[in-house]
Amino acid sequence: MTLKSNSIAALFQTLEYGPAPEAEDEVRAWLARHEAGFDLFINGAWVKPEVPRARFESRNPARDEHLAWIAAAGPGDVDAAVRAAGAAFPAWAATPGHQRARVLYALSRLVQKYTRFFAVLESLDTGKPLRETRDIDLPLVARHFSYHAGWAQLLSRELPGHAPLGVCGQIIPWNFPLLMLSWKVAPAIAAGNCVVVKPAEQTCLSALFFASLCAQAGVPPGVINIVTGDGATGAALVAHPGIAKIAFTGSTEVGRAIRAETAGSGKKLSLELGGKSAFLVFEDADIDSAVEGLVDAIFLNQGQVCCAGSRLLVEEGAALGLLDKLKTRLQSFRLGDPLDKGVDMGAVIDRTQQDRIAALVDRGVAEGASLWRPAIALPAQGCFYPPTLLTDIAPSNSAAIEEIFGPVLTVMTFRHRAEAVALANSSRYGLSATIWCESIDRALSVASELKAGTVWINTTNMFDAACGFGGYRESGFGREGGLEGLLEYLQPTDDFPPPAETAAPASAPQESGPPAAIDRTPKLYIGAKQVRADNGGVRAALTADGRLAGHVGDGRRKDVRDAVEAAVAAAGWSRATAHNRAQVLFFLAENLSARREEFARRLSDLTGAGAGEAEREVETSLERLFAYAGWADKFDGAVHTPPIRGVTLAVPEPLGVLGIVCPDEAPLLALVSLMAPAIALGNTCVIAASERYPLPATDFYQVLDTSDVPAGVVNILTGPRTELAETLARHDQVDGLWYFATAEGAARVEALSVGNLKRTWTNQGRARDWFSNTRGEGRAFLREASQVKNIWLPFSE
Amino acid sequence: MSGGESADLRVHALRPLAPPPAPRAAAIGFHPDWIEGVRINPGAVARRVATLPGRRSLKKEWQAAWLLKAITLMDLTTLSGEDTEDRVRRLCAKARQPVRRDLMEALGAQDLPIRVGAVCVYHEMIAAAREALAGSGIPVAAVSTGFPAGLSPFAVRLSEIKASVAAGAEEIDIVISRRHALRGDWRALYEEVAAFREACAGAHLKAILATGELGSLTKVAKASLVAMMAGADFIKTSTGMESVNATLPAILVMMRAIRDFHARTGRQIGLKPAGGIAKAKEALTYLILLKEELGAAWLDPTLFRFGASRLLTDIERQLEHHVTGRYSAAHRHPPG
Repeated sequence: MTLKSNSIAALFQTLEYGPAPEAEDEVRAWLARHEAGFDLFINGAWVKPEVPRARFESRNPARDEHLAWIAAAGPGDVDAAVRAAGAAFPAWAATPGHQRARVLYALSRLVQKYTRFFAVLESLDTGKPLRETRDIDLPLVARHFSYHAGWAQLLSRELPGHAPLGVCGQIIPWNFPLLMLSWKVAPAIAAGNCVVVKPAEQTCLSALFFASLCAQAGVPPGVINIVTGDGATGAALVAHPGIAKIAFTGSTEVGRAIRAETAGSGKKLSLELGGKSAFLVFEDADIDSAVEGLVDAIFLNQGQVCCAGSRLLVEEGAALGLLDKLKTRLQSFRLGDPLDKGVDMGAVIDRTQQDRIAALVDRGVAEGASLWRPAIALPAQGCFYPPTLLTDIAPSNSAAIEEIFGPVLTVMTFRHRAEAVALANSSRYGLSATIWCESIDRALSVASELKAGTVWINTTNMFDAACGFGGYRESGFGREGGLEGLLEYLQPTDDFPPPAETAAPASAPQESGPPAAIDRTPKLYIGAKQVRADNGGVRAALTADGRLAGHVGDGRRKDVRDAVEAAVAAAGWSRATAHNRAQVLFFLAENLSARREEFARRLSDLTGAGAGEAEREVETSLERLFAYAGWADKFDGAVHTPPIRGVTLAVPEPLGVLGIVCPDEAPLLALVSLMAPAIALGNTCVIAASERYPLPATDFYQVLDTSDVPAGVVNILTGPRTELAETLARHDQVDGLWYFATAEGAARVEALSVGNLKRTWTNQGRARDWFSNTRGEGRAFLREASQVKNIWLPFSE
Repeated sequence: MSGGESADLRVHALRPLAPPPAPRAAAIGFHPDWIEGVRINPGAVARRVATLPGRRSLKKEWQAAWLLKAITLMDLTTLSGEDTEDRVRRLCAKARQPVRRDLMEALGAQDLPIRVGAVCVYHEMIAAAREALAGSGIPVAAVSTGFPAGLSPFAVRLSEIKASVAAGAEEIDIVISRRHALRGDWRALYEEVAAFREACAGAHLKAILATGELGSLTKVAKASLVAMMAGADFIKTSTGMESVNATLPAILVMMRAIRDFHARTGRQIGLKPAGGIAKAKEALTYLILLKEELGAAWLDPTLFRFGASRLLTDIERQLEHHVTGRYSAAHRHPPG
């Protein structure tokens, strides 16, 4: 008797797993029907690119084989798509919410109906295991459309006073092609926008199959357009003047370029960029479960996940045991054809990425890290990269700093909680973090201290349409999912009145006004101290009719530096209780009220406003302080209920240090209207006062001094607006910048903000009605003063 | 394939099954610190077992081979007040020849020594089972110590073990006093199991933890460790009589406790999920989890058993489906 190696009798001895391939014939047949090449999806029709022969190849990275020829859209094609979207916009925006909801629901159902097809297609195109496309990507896609069908239905009632933006340009990455498409398309069209989608050139196929379903779902022509192409196509989309918003997911490098390109254009922007997310394991964690968590954190999609837990930080006492178990686990890892239902990891996206990962790992090893890999088989062909650990790695090692975007885990230890937080936050990125420990107190306190948009506790890489996703720091800004994600595709209908006239100040001071009773030394307000400008200079402050009203300090670059230092040192303000912050704001109002006549006289004298109007500005300022005292403990987060056993806490957190550049109109009221929401939510701020009318701001120093505002929470600079604004925009420790002066200045700060990708909020040169309770106050200001952190807390049993 | 490999495989195929291993040494002492260090996150445990079936898949010949293996890992069980000697004899006949001969031939597995891991009965049925299994090498397991509640007098429980061993049971499935675990009195539990261990003498001890009654997975993990310290050869989930019997989360926690015990002591302890496992597909999930968490060494009757009364029929049906391509009916397979 002889036994064939795959005879049952032989397999009874070896108990191997054997192949378990998913059928791919349907997808192959679809690809074969399109072997001539896929066209562009514009205005509900398939359109040949302007250069008909401009096509590029889509390949399967796991088998290194041809899949399809894809059209490369040129600038003319992008223009046609944007025009089609623009033409479809008025009707789609006017379509009743219920009708839009039906379309989104139909898309959700179609995705479910074609789940198997999509799952196989996506796996072939990306190289990621079928298990992931089938069990993770596709269910989340369907959920995203269904969740936003709900928003389309409820929007007019739940968000009155909001309108869609227009045409949104959406640039999709290659790591979760269809999922990221759904994250962008669903909220945009739910809100009444039309979209032009640019998939990544490596992974267009699921977007093209999705396009073929749009008509069936009742999407009107032009509402969803898909233009395929490489970076040049994306650049044409970003630059197109017909675009109202760009939503981008991809590398921080490209995100920066898009921020610079769109500066001053008025295009709304959301960026979901890179990460180097920490995975913290404390001694009291369920270590076996933490090992499985690591598998999901860094080996999901071969580590090509922006929020991959790529930095393991483990408490010293648990390090040996954890690493031992992790290594054992990886020894039974299976790499292989992604369509096999029994593999842990598939292929990386292409040869370029494979080489990039290898180069970064080599560099890390050259810089002193130790490399460990399991002794497991790698397929002979295809773009496979083995799971890799880098231990003995210094924080300065480039592999510990840079995003590798591959199945590579760096391993560091920490001594205690404080060091864990410090190491975790020691990164330019802030996309996500994971905490494993069985102490609820430690888990929640560490979660509150991590600079990350998403924190998973005793779980990792969980996503849901109801829970906003997006980064802190250089991981980008804006959120996808939840209410905050929807708001990225809406604008308040009464936000901006028409541009106001901006009269130039009178040219020469006329030293004719009555002298002050006692000469006052003009100073800046930094760290609750009145300090001279670094250069010792002063500036004349004139009235509207050109009289000299006084002098102020000539604040410059170094004064910005000092003010930011003071604001950073005051970070404890973010941990003050909301009640405490409210008390300070009430107290500010109380002390301003005591000096209301003095401020009214000052405003009247400076701006030439009548006594009644000046008094109204002071009164409104008082009311505004009260309003944010009220908001301070009422701008709550949310408890989301994603489809898991557990909850997600959506916590609004301050940005950190906020730069605020004040307009010239309503010099007291605008200052108060910008400062109050910032500090109400725990930001500390550096305020550049009105350049033209700085004296109400310098008068305000004493109000601050008497109101229990902790030192450094509010810092006020006077001086040339452009220099102050640009220095703030370029400062890497400033987390956000509000700019409310000229259009040119707004463009400039947006362009200069790329250094640390700080969040900017500008008026694009338009005046704001500060006296209005809806335009000069409210949730919009609070949203700009905060970023949402989603903390995932699964329960059990 | 080369002739050398064929010969090698043939040798393995015809290798007789190993006899039941000698009982392991006695208790190793009580280590409270091992218990204190236990941390279980039940949500993460549940996610691991929920996602496992998506990570590994067994098809065609591989599935058939694993199902045959599952049969050899089965404690074919009857634990009913209405058991009779004839009923037990029928069960033993099934234990010797679990799958129809024609099916075994069609599977090309006729030369594999496929018979169940043990037959599990109450004390009064030991003699009938012994007689019926004589010469087969299949051991008789007896449930004991006031099964299923374990609340008869301690001395009675000890003498019950001794009586069953004297009657020829080679494996004794004891039940622990749940109250010791529920109250966190781990030393009391240790002493109880150690006393049972001693009473078992040369027989194998399987400690039934009644995981469905312990209240939390943390208690399951701690009870597992204590039973192993006290000298259990196997730890077993349940009597089959609790409202919650074998579950994948409980089994995963027990596997990890076994792994930790092995890392600390070098001893390989066996595992037995029991109660409610009736489907072939479910059995494969347990075996895959076993291979993933403890390694292929545990895919062996000396280290793993299913406690099951209905599972075999479903496995037979799946094997026939593999042969014929048609879905099979239960009545096409001889009962036990």
